[in-house]
Amino acid sequence: MIAIVDYGVGNLYSLTCSLRHIGVEARVTRDEAELRAAERIILPGVGAFGDAAGQLRALKLDGLLRELAGRGKPLMGVCLGMQLLFDRGLEYGVHEGLGLIRGQIVPLGPIAPGLKVPHMGWNSLDILKPDDPLMRGVRPGDYVYYVHSYCAQGCGEALVAASQYGVAVAGVVRSGNVCGTQFHPEKSGEVGLAILAAFAKGAASC
Amino acid sequence: MLTKRIIPCLDVKNGRVVKGVNFEGLRDIDDPVALARFYNDSGADELVFYDITASFEGRPLFADALRRVAAEVFIPLTVGGSINTLADFDRVLKCGADKVSVNSGAIRNPSLIAEAAKRYGDQCVVLSLDVKRVNGAFHVFAKGGREDTGLDALDWVRFGEDHGAGEVVVNSIDTDGVRNGFDLEMLSAVGDAVSLPLIASGGAGRREDFLTLFALPRVDAGLAASIFHSREVEIKALKRYLNENGVPMRL
Repeated sequence: MIAIVDYGVGNLYSLTCSLRHIGVEARVTRDEAELRAAERIILPGVGAFGDAAGQLRALKLDGLLRELAGRGKPLMGVCLGMQLLFDRGLEYGVHEGLGLIRGQIVPLGPIAPGLKVPHMGWNSLDILKPDDPLMRGVRPGDYVYYVHSYCAQGCGEALVAASQYGVAVAGVVRSGNVCGTQFHPEKSGEVGLAILAAFAKGAASC
Repeated sequence: MLTKRIIPCLDVKNGRVVKGVNFEGLRDIDDPVALARFYNDSGADELVFYDITASFEGRPLFADALRRVAAEVFIPLTVGGSINTLADFDRVLKCGADKVSVNSGAIRNPSLIAEAAKRYGDQCVVLSLDVKRVNGAFHVFAKGGREDTGLDALDWVRFGEDHGAGEVVVNSIDTDGVRNGFDLEMLSAVGDAVSLPLIASGGAGRREDFLTLFALPRVDAGLAASIFHSREVEIKALKRYLNENGVPMRL
């Protein structure tokens, strides 16, 4: 069973439906026992970094997710959920993230001057690590759907795939069993479904 | 590279698609799910559903249709029509909408934009406006284009951007239904006024109209209804044509 973390942030209907569509049963939950029992965990999210990080802390999910990730449980963040995996976010102040991937989340505007913010729409993927399990069904240049105003900076070796928007925007990141996508795989058509399937049906360690 | 987007728009009444939809090979041409699937397979980049149900009793039918579409079609879905309160946002978001488009509801209650952006995020709030020339100025019209609000369209989109709208859909009443091309003059003016993603609507008649549209650098997407429903313009062929002519498209 895959657990989708329910911490009051974002709309989980499409994510649940897309997993069901590829034959994966997912449970939307914030229950500790269920999260511990899950084979894999997806951390979703839309909205502001600080609010979401605060919400994870208030529900005592931050420590639990760190612990489970530390024990090797595959964890995938989507959009804001991916951003929360990083050390910190600079959205309306400085906020601590889960610290599972090195780097920070910065505003896109100043590093992509002259371009519209939010970065919204379909952008093509440059795949830096074609052997990453998430990239199994993805070809270079495949399109995925982004909506975001902040992006990961300084993720170094964790960068798996990127999209060009003035700068190389981190699209897919991974550090061991912890991975994430800045775009919405549940809204990225067949390519997105392939990425979700790669996570949901991947090897036990990633 | 970020692509330009092609977006078909479907009017839904009592849970069924209305207005000039004429597809061969589709068994149930009024079924929102069948049409959504068809457009998804055709390469549509997003779908917009407008709920034109007049009665309160019809609302659950729309919600049900939306839920069924979102369960099967995995591209962005925008919902508009009768969005007046945060409860309306909540209602359609729970059924799988990704973005919610506000028009008359925001004109009546401008604070709706900021309240919705705060609760659901900027990316979720689409400011949609119907614009018509009045004495050389661009005015915002309400009630489906029947009532001149006196609001200046450029002031209104700037207000929307300042208060948390994440995207703008601009429909030109002057060119809508004329099928002689988009309202390039008005769209340029709006594009210069805000830096939000801009979706153009009203006036598409031929594929060349989209090529002219995307020559405007600040336009991100083209929205149309009847030319896609009638299949006068097929999305797959349109996107290929645009791509061959230098417009980045997701093919």
